[in-house]
Amino acid sequence: MRRQVPLIITFVVGSVLIIAAFIPHYPFGRLGENFSLYFDIIAVFAFILGGGNLIRIHGGKFTRGIKLSIAAAKKTGGFWPLTFLIEFPFLAFGGLEDKRGRDWFFSFITLAGFVAMLYVGLFKIGNPDGWGGNVTHPLSTFQQFYIYMFNPLQATMYALLAFFVASASYRAFRAKSPEATILLATAFIILLGRTPAGAYATGWMPESLSFLHVPNLANWIMAVPNLAGQRAILIGIALGVIAMSLRVILGVERTYLGSDRE
Amino acid sequence: MPNGTPQTFMDKVQALDRRVVFLFIALAVAIPLLFNVVFSEQVSPIVGSIFERVDNLPEGSKVLLSFDYSPSTVPEIQPMVDATIRHAATKNLDIYIMALWPTGQNIADETIHRILEPEFPDYQYGEDYVNIGYKSGNQGLINVILTDLKKMYTTDVRGTAIDSIPMMASIRNLRNFDMILAFGGGFPGVKEWVLFAGDPGNVPVAGGVTAVSAPLLYPYYPSQLLGLMGGIKGAAEYEAELMRRYPRFETATTPGLDMMGPQAVAHIVIMLFIVIGNVAYFATRKKQTTGRGA
Repeated sequence: MRRQVPLIITFVVGSVLIIAAFIPHYPFGRLGENFSLYFDIIAVFAFILGGGNLIRIHGGKFTRGIKLSIAAAKKTGGFWPLTFLIEFPFLAFGGLEDKRGRDWFFSFITLAGFVAMLYVGLFKIGNPDGWGGNVTHPLSTFQQFYIYMFNPLQATMYALLAFFVASASYRAFRAKSPEATILLATAFIILLGRTPAGAYATGWMPESLSFLHVPNLANWIMAVPNLAGQRAILIGIALGVIAMSLRVILGVERTYLGSDRE
Repeated sequence: MPNGTPQTFMDKVQALDRRVVFLFIALAVAIPLLFNVVFSEQVSPIVGSIFERVDNLPEGSKVLLSFDYSPSTVPEIQPMVDATIRHAATKNLDIYIMALWPTGQNIADETIHRILEPEFPDYQYGEDYVNIGYKSGNQGLINVILTDLKKMYTTDVRGTAIDSIPMMASIRNLRNFDMILAFGGGFPGVKEWVLFAGDPGNVPVAGGVTAVSAPLLYPYYPSQLLGLMGGIKGAAEYEAELMRRYPRFETATTPGLDMMGPQAVAHIVIMLFIVIGNVAYFATRKKQTTGRGA
């Protein structure tokens, strides 16, 4: 029964949603709407599962790291809690010989951040409108944490990409073959075309040669070769999704149910 | 490099320390920012079509803005949002704000406090604009609100019952909107709005996305996607057009245009590095070929 029930639910829901797309009338239209609503409700529980999983994984890393740190402190002899406190910063950043206990301090930071955000968000700490107010009120602690901590941290992480992309471009864009040369030329046109430099570089060209203006060339690359490639990929993906969905609905594909063991 | 063979200058250039590249990129971004290098921008057809659509909507038209992004992409996407929200408010459109991403709700509120409240003091919450916030479900949420918005949204972000908000009285589902403007750079985002709202609901959808996501959305333009703003350039084009048509915004902040200077210089620096890398590659290869031939 553990396997039959999910298979039946999948078959019924999948079939009804397909029929509702083609016959959006009673009862299929209503059933389709309700199934979508159930999906949205179930999606909320994914947050609880996600939070639980985060606590489980990082909680495990943290407790293992603490245990190893205490064991290391005890080995040194003397009053071990003092040794532990003194060595704390060094132990925290991978100072342990046992690799299983490394980076536990980052797990601690993750857990502390999670608990702090959950606490100020759930209890609407600092919110002038109290419990019934908007969680994202500018004076609420949640919004302050978001703007002054979460915001700059995420922006910094993403901004670092620019440096790695530049370094990777330097190493990867070599005209080693005709294909690589085409890729290189395309990259040059797009890089120039996405900046005013492209317009300045070829702006002097007569109107009859406007197709050679770098911004126009960049637009053409995006609108013709890129579009053709993307469309081919999209059609391929769509066909794959249809085939996979049919396999799931008909119960041929069962890996989403987990292990075969009852 | 064979063992014992001395490294030539070109070999060293080929194996350039990445920290050198990092340093040049940092300077390429910092110097134009410090000296406020700003270029002029011309609106492209793909951005211009969004501008024209917003500009031609009659007063009181209903526009839905979806904030489907997180702080990581704020530098790229926020300039587009600021420009479009200014444009919509100038045209006296009814602005409805929501989010498919949990991080979007905070950004939406911050945008309201930074743009709408100080720059458009006559705009009244609940009558001219409303923030209905975030709900989970991704494309499933769009699927539900396409037929009945109030099934998912019973209150706005302030906890006010949706039926007691004046501007929500005329809204039953997504089909009641004159335009959907989705901003985001991932899943769920503009693509999901096209597939689950634009196509089945016959609602015009336009969007603003990160530069890396833009190529993926070209297949939907222009028949399914009204227009697309891609990255800083898309934002800068919209800002430039807004300033050209509405001179009152000449003194407004233009982060998109301001960031085009650093982007232009950084792109040129990257191109120079690629050229240097290729020169070194061919010089080394030629030397190796000559060496084998001798």
